[in-house]
Amino acid sequence: MYKYDEYDHSIVAARIDEFRDQVRRRLEGHMTEDQFKPLRLMNGLYLQLHAYMLRVAVPYGTMDSRQMRMLGRIARKYDRGYGHFTTRQNIQFNWIKLADTPEILEELATVEMHAIQTSGNCIRNISSDQFAGAAADEVTDPRPWAELLRQWSTFHPEFTYLPRKFKIAVIASDTDRAAMRLHDIGIQIVKNDAGELGGRIYVGGGMGRTPMIAPLIKDFVPFADFISYLEACLRVYNRYGRRDNIYKARIKILIHELGADKYREEVEAEFQAVKQLGIDPPQAEFDRIAAHFAPPAFETGLSDAIDRSDPNFAAWVDQNVSAHKAAGYAVVTVSLKPTGGIPGDASADQIDIMADLAERFSFNELRVTHAQNIVLPHVAKHDLFRVYQMLAHAGLAEANLDLISDIIACPGLDYCSLANARSIPVAQKIAQRFADLDRQRELGELKLKISGCINACGHHHAGHIGILGVDRKGTENFQLLFGGSGAEDVSLGKITGPGFSEDGIVDAIEKATNVYLAQRDRGERFVDTYRRIGMEPFKEAIYG
Amino acid sequence: MVDAIRFRDDEAHDEPAVTLDSFLGQSNATAVRIEAGEDARVLLPHLDRLALVEVSFPKFRDGRGYSSGRILREAGYTGELRAQGDVLVDQIPLMRRCGFDSFAPEAPVDAAVLEASLARYSVHYQAAADSHIPVWKRRNG
Ligand code: SF4
Repeated sequence: MYKYDEYDHSIVAARIDEFRDQVRRRLEGHMTEDQFKPLRLMNGLYLQLHAYMLRVAVPYGTMDSRQMRMLGRIARKYDRGYGHFTTRQNIQFNWIKLADTPEILEELATVEMHAIQTSGNCIRNISSDQFAGAAADEVTDPRPWAELLRQWSTFHPEFTYLPRKFKIAVIASDTDRAAMRLHDIGIQIVKNDAGELGGRIYVGGGMGRTPMIAPLIKDFVPFADFISYLEACLRVYNRYGRRDNIYKARIKILIHELGADKYREEVEAEFQAVKQLGIDPPQAEFDRIAAHFAPPAFETGLSDAIDRSDPNFAAWVDQNVSAHKAAGYAVVTVSLKPTGGIPGDASADQIDIMADLAERFSFNELRVTHAQNIVLPHVAKHDLFRVYQMLAHAGLAEANLDLISDIIACPGLDYCSLANARSIPVAQKIAQRFADLDRQRELGELKLKISGCINACGHHHAGHIGILGVDRKGTENFQLLFGGSGAEDVSLGKITGPGFSEDGIVDAIEKATNVYLAQRDRGERFVDTYRRIGMEPFKEAIYG
Repeated sequence: MVDAIRFRDDEAHDEPAVTLDSFLGQSNATAVRIEAGEDARVLLPHLDRLALVEVSFPKFRDGRGYSSGRILREAGYTGELRAQGDVLVDQIPLMRRCGFDSFAPEAPVDAAVLEASLARYSVHYQAAADSHIPVWKRRNG
């Protein structure tokens, strides 16, 4: 895990001082709300339907136990006893008082946390693979690259008033667990023929009202050019991205309008100029950062055997435990999707329990996933049963990872001021309809994602099944989409047809899953069957 | 319009800044104003005769001028670089880092707040168009 040095500390401390002063000037009336808004947003502070919401950064989704406990403390002390983990691998607190925020930031800083650039038209908190450093299939740990980008993008003087928000994801395996190509910039760290590591750069992906899959812009950028190249990518966007229409201001629209080839040419020209400036950190700095992410001291000679005599435990292992690169270890995903719960929510007590488990069984490490779950990345297989029991005791052992009830849902109309419809009740009704775990397992991997409006924070375009809440003449209406994916088989979902009421959408999904069960070939997931047989059979069942 | 806030020792330039079109059309102007959407790179062949470049910030949210400033400085421009328009006190430190050394905000700026803002960060992570040594260089000697 990255540890701050004096420089990191001094920058975060200066930021708190700055924000305290900005809050004071706002409260004393020296700034209009319009002027204050971008400043508070760059500190993750939103004004929502009922209160301020504070979004705390979890850089590339990695935390230690101490940091996790601090989130529990903030939930207890400044919120209503819970927090909401988001699709950006961050956490949001929904009931915050403006006057408390400087103090909250101070508390966060004691454990090397902050809310910097979790919102606003700037480069947002960098996201990554939640299995980084543990995954059996990675070429390297992507997090040193992500940390390098965190530092580069923090208070970047040129890129703080971009046309629109800017999201970067970094992964380092062919399996994409981070929806990499649905980011403004998606980076896959790869090895070239010479055995050298570098970034494969995709630019211009995104969800929102105009979803796009990022095209490949550069096949390989070595470390020595990495920052210069990204600086060039951003500068072209800052100069030419549209500012006349907020809905056309994301980089995906620029690239769509220019074409990927023209954009690439512009970036290359800019890169030639930028490369001369000496803004790329040296290898020694990369090595310094990478040393923080050295693998923990795994025990060797551990057995891979797991006692599966408890059937509930065995089911949980099959669903929520993934392969680890070290023999005798496994990656555990803790589901924050109990039937009837709010996807991504955790109580302060649950947060503390996960922190304790990480401390005792996972080398002090936790991860937040974009699917709104928590990962214990390094658990010895012989500890799995104890971890399972303790999770079960805390209501955290739902064995539903990647099943239909492992739903991504944005806060929707229950919290969000932009929403058209409620996401959470729909998620709850679907989870209840399919509550029987045997039935869920029978349906297999089925990624269901719900957004409460066209902004798509719930990633509905990337769901095998997606749901979009819209406003239809003053009533909430839900559109249904099939065939999206945020993984390495990335694709955008298609709308089935007319929308549904809240109960209607649950029925429609059930009918669609019946079509799948009747039509699937061996080994096919829902999305595979859909891709093979197309929309028609589903439409007939749903609307016929 | 209030007086420009300057971070230069030389005398303020007294020739008014002309538009980019008229600058390119006349050979003797030494001060030019570029609008947010204009390409600062067209000035690069003329940098040695320029004493003042004024970059317009029509709305504080419009960040194109930050790139214009850096592009000019990166190309070696040493004359006065002025940010004019909807320039707010919290933005001036960022603009300083992008090479601006003179500011003509539409609304007055509180001098004490500005002084505190400029002094607040003693180090910066990334290299830009100012003389700050980036953190990665400090760390690695
Ligand atoms: S998708 Fe819409 S409703 Fe949901 S959180 Fe985003 S803006 Fe709010």
